[in-house]
Amino acid sequence: MQRLAARSSPTRALAPTQQTTMLDLKNYESLGAALRDALERWADETCLIEADRDREKCRLTYRQFKEAALPLASALQQAGFAAGDRAAIIMTNQSKWLISAYAVFYAGGVLVPLDYKLTPAEHLALLAHSKARVLIVEYHLWRAITQGEGFPGLRAETVLVTETPPNAEFAGACRWEEFRSEREPGFVPRARRDWAAIVYSSGTGGRPKGCVMTHENYLEQCMALTSLYPFWPGVRYLSILPTNHAIDFMVGFIGPFTCGAAVVHLRTLRPEYIREAFSRYKITYMTLVPLVLKNLEKGLRARFAELPPHKRIVFKMLVGLNRLLTRRRPNLKLSRRLFGKVHQAFGGELRALFVGGAFTEPATLQFFYDLGIPVANAYGLTEAGTAVTLNDFNPFRPDTVGKPLPGMEVRIVNPDADGIGEVAVRSKTVMAHYLDDPEMTAETIVDGWLMTGDLGRIDAAGHLQLFGRKKNMIVTEEGKNIYPEDIETAFEGLPVKEFCVFAANYLWPRRTMVGEQLVIALRLEPGQEFTEALRADLANRNRRLLNFKRISGYIIWDRDFPRTASLKIKRTILAEEIGRRLERASAVVAL
Amino acid sequence: MRTLEQTTDEILNLTATHFKVPRAELAPNDDFFKKLGIDSLQALELLTRLENHFGIELPDYELQGVTDFRTLANRIQSRL
Repeated sequence: MQRLAARSSPTRALAPTQQTTMLDLKNYESLGAALRDALERWADETCLIEADRDREKCRLTYRQFKEAALPLASALQQAGFAAGDRAAIIMTNQSKWLISAYAVFYAGGVLVPLDYKLTPAEHLALLAHSKARVLIVEYHLWRAITQGEGFPGLRAETVLVTETPPNAEFAGACRWEEFRSEREPGFVPRARRDWAAIVYSSGTGGRPKGCVMTHENYLEQCMALTSLYPFWPGVRYLSILPTNHAIDFMVGFIGPFTCGAAVVHLRTLRPEYIREAFSRYKITYMTLVPLVLKNLEKGLRARFAELPPHKRIVFKMLVGLNRLLTRRRPNLKLSRRLFGKVHQAFGGELRALFVGGAFTEPATLQFFYDLGIPVANAYGLTEAGTAVTLNDFNPFRPDTVGKPLPGMEVRIVNPDADGIGEVAVRSKTVMAHYLDDPEMTAETIVDGWLMTGDLGRIDAAGHLQLFGRKKNMIVTEEGKNIYPEDIETAFEGLPVKEFCVFAANYLWPRRTMVGEQLVIALRLEPGQEFTEALRADLANRNRRLLNFKRISGYIIWDRDFPRTASLKIKRTILAEEIGRRLERASAVVAL
Repeated sequence: MRTLEQTTDEILNLTATHFKVPRAELAPNDDFFKKLGIDSLQALELLTRLENHFGIELPDYELQGVTDFRTLANRIQSRL
């Protein structure tokens, strides 16, 4: 068994020269208490800027943020919202998400951040599972939810809808903008082990995985991350991921707010506006998923390809020089001089990009590092409190996901001859349990160690390298976790004897994190042929799924599926049989 | 005022030009992610181009769950 303790004295490769001024989070019991002090301490600093395309819609100081949130907290309390009550938020990337979240924490509530990209049926299922008493939602999403099957069963007692057009139908909800009380709200203290949030890592179509996160989980994670990548007043973090995303919740809300920094929300993912936001707001940090990072890379490569030949030669020489001079650690000052125009395009003050949510190809990381733009790739999962490891550029290693963050213990369970085994994590940041599912909790947290289901190896320098997954799931380049069980409902009623969806790499394990795809195994009825009509039916059902959830191909399996006494498919056994008896290249037919 | 058919046709023309594919290969019911082999960001780039052409503004979320040209045309038509 390999085991690695976290670094005791974290590096500060990109720290500013001035003394950082963040709150000492070890002295706080809850997120609400820490945020309350932050709003007082940096009252006149800008905390939020919201832009829609090239238009700035809102700019708030910490004082103004407090003035927006407390009347909301007060109104919630008057509506009966009390300590431990749950409030769900379904919104795109915007400032009202953060204002609402703070109001919930102030009132002692438990946040339920839901992905706005889910379908209305999925939203309703998770609202029911979480037992949310309050729902805070954008108007277009609320409209869709009211039309969803199961809407009459919605149990939320208070529904607050933002940005509702005049004369719009509310279906019993209230306008978020008008739901205010002038009475002074009472701050509700919470303890470190109390629940702060219920975060769904998956389970939209099957068994919901609601990770119960405590205040301690978040406070410890924040301390760990900011020890490597500090924020301070004047820092501007560009947020393009919605705040329900675990990474953005931490580095686009809790991290900057407890350090007096500002968050710039951009309400679009369009590359042209992301590029513009960098220079307009002089961005310091930004988090993105591999898909967006690769899009930025593509744009830069296209521009470099247009350079006249002599400039291209000079450019290549500069890349070589920068690589040589930054091989031990980044040198932002030097790189900004060597690649002035590139850095100006990123606003001139960018210190690092964070990439997470999915695997990033080393070549992409190297491309940016060679331009003097450090991309800190991380490895983490919701259950572990977001990040487990993070690259610290000391030195730059594009082939790994970095070393464990301070406070994280990482070990490799049952390593093979190459040292590769399942990654296990122990830390104060690991979730308390799955909501209402002790069985799944017991399978996932064993003797205090979180079993990640990911395969990895720790190298001699203490860096974690990933080599695929032990579990039946994929992660898309957009950072979406897709569990095959969750999409099987789309194929219910398919005229075959039985079917089962798998991650192809689960059937045929590969030591890679790229090229992940889903396949459906079909068992036909006796004498049934795979016809064009069946193929069309399969394709039509597949099209109803969001594009990132679709299967790529099918397998015809010639045996009945092994099942339990209660007739559940024994997925692990079936996967082993398929992997053993069929060759991937010939068995999978593209859809 | 354009009809839905005209809007759909213009979307297909612009898509063909933008992604450099023969217009004849595109049909209203096509899944544009699959047909064009594009990702969600490339779809957003197309949306910007369509906005400029039709003189409208569509929030990103309007494209959520939309995968075929006909549904896209409906979303655009409702804003014309």
